[in-house]
Amino acid sequence: MNRALLLLGHVGGVASLTGRTFKETFRSPFETKLLVDQIDSSGIGSWSIAVLTALFTGAVMAMQFAIGLEPYGASLYTGKLVSLGIVKELGPTLTAVLVGGRVGAGYTATIGSMNVTEQVDAIAALGADPVRKLVVPRVLACIIALPLLTILADVVGCFGGMLITMDEVGVTWRFFVDQVIDTLSVGDILHGLGKSVFFGYFIAIIGCYVGLNTRGGTEGVGRSTTTTVVAISITVLVSNFFLTQLFFALASHT
Amino acid sequence: MSTDTSTPVQAQEEPIISFRGVDKAFGEKVIYRNLDLDIYRGEVLTVIGGSGMGKSVMLKMLIGLLQSDSGSIQAFGEEVTTMKGQKLLGMRRRVAMLFQGAALFDSMSVAENIKYPLVEHGWGTPAEQDDRVAEVLEMVGMPGIEDLRPSELSGGMKKRVGLARSIAVKPEVILYDEPTTGLDPLNVRRINGLILRLQEQLGVTSVVVTHDMDSCFTVTDRLAFLHDLKMGFVGSIEQAKAADFPALQEFLQGGRGVLGDEEIAGLAEDGVNQ
Repeated sequence: MNRALLLLGHVGGVASLTGRTFKETFRSPFETKLLVDQIDSSGIGSWSIAVLTALFTGAVMAMQFAIGLEPYGASLYTGKLVSLGIVKELGPTLTAVLVGGRVGAGYTATIGSMNVTEQVDAIAALGADPVRKLVVPRVLACIIALPLLTILADVVGCFGGMLITMDEVGVTWRFFVDQVIDTLSVGDILHGLGKSVFFGYFIAIIGCYVGLNTRGGTEGVGRSTTTTVVAISITVLVSNFFLTQLFFALASHT
Repeated sequence: MSTDTSTPVQAQEEPIISFRGVDKAFGEKVIYRNLDLDIYRGEVLTVIGGSGMGKSVMLKMLIGLLQSDSGSIQAFGEEVTTMKGQKLLGMRRRVAMLFQGAALFDSMSVAENIKYPLVEHGWGTPAEQDDRVAEVLEMVGMPGIEDLRPSELSGGMKKRVGLARSIAVKPEVILYDEPTTGLDPLNVRRINGLILRLQEQLGVTSVVVTHDMDSCFTVTDRLAFLHDLKMGFVGSIEQAKAADFPALQEFLQGGRGVLGDEEIAGLAEDGVNQ
């Protein structure tokens, strides 16, 4: 009961931080330099883990499908299943969990350290708004970077799947590419990218929220960082279920 | 002020900052109950009290970093507790704070740190800001260190850069949170000298929160003793010594003694020249 109340309190805290972030985003002048810095370190700095994860995930999916479908004579459908699985689910979700771990933990560690050394207070005391300086650029950077990283992961994931399918099933690369293009609709791609926008928001807002609420010196920063990684992973995986339903519902209305 | 530390503040003068019936608690832990305090223009007021009693909470409430639970806090005749937006910004330009660990931004150079409030408050052109940075670094006795990083500075240097950053926008009041804690004796002298110098030369009002009694005796005009969740005593050092208040006497005797007037006068000078 106590834990549930605590969780509810945090949800309220995140919502209130979101409101302040939204308000500060649209107050001029826009802090372009801070945003560019964040896109660089959070987004561009994460491309390698996104690529590596996607490559091997696509490959292992292809292997499972190619071998698993063989008794039914359906191995030729491997490309369809791999591309759908990657673009709609594993591309956005795995990218969010991994990038979220890297980036979100970094946000919490940075902002948490600033908080315990009173640098967050100092920002306010010196006439600026900590939400505007710290949270807004990070949230925007993640909302922009996550879909881009997801597109990259989608492409690389399908590529990894293609390599294995060519080897296991014996299709040509041309066959695989045609099959993927034939299978995927624009709606499928938007389904995955739409979710990644939400994931980007969750990663940044949780990372910042936990950082801003860090107490208790360096030990507190360590605890907070762990909390963030767990919270982001769970939020991404659980929200994915509901976001998927949401996007299916949206698709059926259009 | 250095020649006469006992000058009582004129009674008819209006305080520029006042706390009235302020309550503050963090969850179960009560920090203040019915706190009253007046601060007058141009004085150095030292707030003393044991560690962990929340002395610095008062400073943070004064500039709106923390909210009081009830009561009134006024600065320059305006209520702080309900201040928002531009008003709060304007108040923070007039009231600066030196944080305990200096709270320099470690992602920025010394110059960028000091320029931060100048940029946020729209103070002058970039060239004027550069001049101001050089000027305040000179004032704290560390000219030419613009390009250093906070990680390259010692604790005492950090405090002085923090002070330079606080005075960059020419505040009228400076709040010092444990300015001498954790510093070596030489740096303690420097910081105390700077506090006095800012008061004498710029007419800055200072509120110093400390448990360092030597520093308190050195710089203060009046002292306020935080006891039993409120100001148990407020008055000059002489009044404090004469007060029939066992807890305060115990605290005062923790300090090793009072510096002579001449020594105090010398501090303002050599605090920056060393």
